[in-house]
Amino acid sequence: MKLAGWGRYPVAECEVVEGRAHQDVAAAIGQEGTLIPRGNGRSYGDAALNPRLTLSMQSMNRLRSFDRDTGVLRCEAGVLLADILSVFVPRGWFPPVVPGTKFVTVGGMIAADVHGKNHPDSGTFGRHVISLELVRADGTGARCSRTEAPELFQATLGGMGLTGVILSAAIQLVPTETAFFRKETRVARDLDATLALFEDSGGWTHCVAWIDCLASGGGRGRAVLSRGRPAAIADLPVELQSSPLQARSRKGGRIAGIIPPGALRRGTVRLANAARYRRSVADVGPKLVPYDPFLFPLDGFGDWNRLYGRRGLVQYQCVVPEQNAARGLQALLDRVGASPASPFLAVLKRFGAAGEGLMSFPMAGYTLALDFPVARETLDLIPELDRITAEHGGRVYLAKDASASPSAIRAGYRHLDAFDALRTGSGARQKFSSALSERLAL
Amino acid sequence: MTASDSTSAPKTALILGATSDIARAIAHRLAGDGYALQLAARDPERLAREVADIALRFDVPVSVHQFDVLAPDGGVALLDALPVLPDIAVSAVGLLGDQQENQQNPAAAERVMRTNYLGPAAVFAALANRFEARGSGVLVGISSVAGDRGRASNYVYGSAKAGFTAFLSGLRQRLARRGVQVLTVKPGFVRTRMTDSLDLPGVLTAAPETVARAVSKAIRRRRDVIHVLPVWRAVMLGIRLIPEPLFKRLGPRNTGKN
Repeated sequence: MKLAGWGRYPVAECEVVEGRAHQDVAAAIGQEGTLIPRGNGRSYGDAALNPRLTLSMQSMNRLRSFDRDTGVLRCEAGVLLADILSVFVPRGWFPPVVPGTKFVTVGGMIAADVHGKNHPDSGTFGRHVISLELVRADGTGARCSRTEAPELFQATLGGMGLTGVILSAAIQLVPTETAFFRKETRVARDLDATLALFEDSGGWTHCVAWIDCLASGGGRGRAVLSRGRPAAIADLPVELQSSPLQARSRKGGRIAGIIPPGALRRGTVRLANAARYRRSVADVGPKLVPYDPFLFPLDGFGDWNRLYGRRGLVQYQCVVPEQNAARGLQALLDRVGASPASPFLAVLKRFGAAGEGLMSFPMAGYTLALDFPVARETLDLIPELDRITAEHGGRVYLAKDASASPSAIRAGYRHLDAFDALRTGSGARQKFSSALSERLAL
Repeated sequence: MTASDSTSAPKTALILGATSDIARAIAHRLAGDGYALQLAARDPERLAREVADIALRFDVPVSVHQFDVLAPDGGVALLDALPVLPDIAVSAVGLLGDQQENQQNPAAAERVMRTNYLGPAAVFAALANRFEARGSGVLVGISSVAGDRGRASNYVYGSAKAGFTAFLSGLRQRLARRGVQVLTVKPGFVRTRMTDSLDLPGVLTAAPETVARAVSKAIRRRRDVIHVLPVWRAVMLGIRLIPEPLFKRLGPRNTGKN
């Protein structure tokens, strides 16, 4: 069947098998040729595509146990973050790290070692994984953790499914008093002011800035920074204090039914951006918001990826290390500004220190994510951005990537040799591969 | 309305054939509505994952029971073993079988017929009597649009579902004034393990969750017969209206080029 990532680019005709139980996974691995496991298909590019065999793990989605004293949840890899939230937030528990969408699986979050807006505070999702159950190239299961097979554990965090098939995991949830965030908004007129705002946001666990890349003249690079932290019961108005864990969660909409596909054009987005900036200037006060729109603003738009048109979208996400951040980010934004390619969305977040995953993306610095419609000028621009990222000691995020070259990846991921060696030694290299791993010669 | 609105004790739903994808979706929906669950299947060990999962997700009591739809006792042993007589019983038992094999091998055809008709009808007969005596209950039979008209491609399965549909219809009329609701569900194509190998048309194919939502709503509204996707009502009306002399010519050709 035809498969693609969230960006709907590239598309590949893939043989798909549904893994419904451990035996199905072992049987798929036992087949001739290579395979890649796939969760909910929310990586953007070609990370979860293998034309020979793509093993869908969505049906392996049972919760196994939850310890009310320690907050440790054991569940199968295909469980959706959305399900964890809907089950455990009303009971006062929250996953410490969530990405920008809740429609991702636990296995996918581990394989991409995802981060959230609170990386300096809480690290990646992998930091909160206690152990995981992996089916290896020979079909046998292995439990790995920081004490059992630690090398395999570290290679699997951020390992993009290339070390084996994650069957289940034990993850740490943290207690929460409410289902709300305190949030406030600040505006910045340029990149330097934006970075200063990030550094001046102590006490706010969650920070994210939206950058207007399409404004003309002096407006280019202006930004709106939102910062938030989990609300305590005392932060809630009295009428919410009696049921602080009940926040109405929205249904995913179907934006494609309302707005025609491909409606995003440089002109319309420029107007929308300007309106957004003006609205934010006028509305900077503190607010109390349910966790869902605060953490997953785009989920409310449903299949928003279709707005980028028939050819799909690519998201370019890179990180630039702290010491080169101002220079590197400015160089990236300048290069984008000089290009005819149109980034309709640009998002900046701060990262804390790198975690333990060999192939994990975050490192201390700033991460910039740019959403482009797929077009000739976009695909011409991305190698340029790769070059600027590499020059400043950064790297690109494999979960978003659809077009990087092997050399661009080698430059950015310092532990790639160790990752290669481990995969070669365990036989994973001959068994687990994706369109991404073949393109990047992983 | 949730089950706990009307009475203080939680209401109970029995799911027969609980290992199927449709059964799991219905179990989730009813647990979400507040029902305690009794899951029955031939191989209860396969339900261990479901019990932990449902109990965690919905915080309702879940019990597991051995039930073989082909057993000669017609499910009486199961009903006697249940700790309480359920408020709702759902039959999600089904076996598509392979039409080619069913044509050649009478034992295979009989297995399909017994699994889709005789077995579910027997256990519903026993449940109907107990519900009637109590004066309340809901019987939900997952039948099929395949039972609306026999077609060359799946008439063994279809004839068994036709029998089950007719059985449910008669049961409904008999129990109409006895406080017992009988709901016939004709899902159309559903993307499940049973249909993994089939290439199904998207607009006619429902997700198991969609079936479950429709079932839950139909129970609340005390409906009689539902198609999960409304388009199926029109499709099957059209198929039933085709005159037999024409219908027989629309079947597969066995001679000439393929």
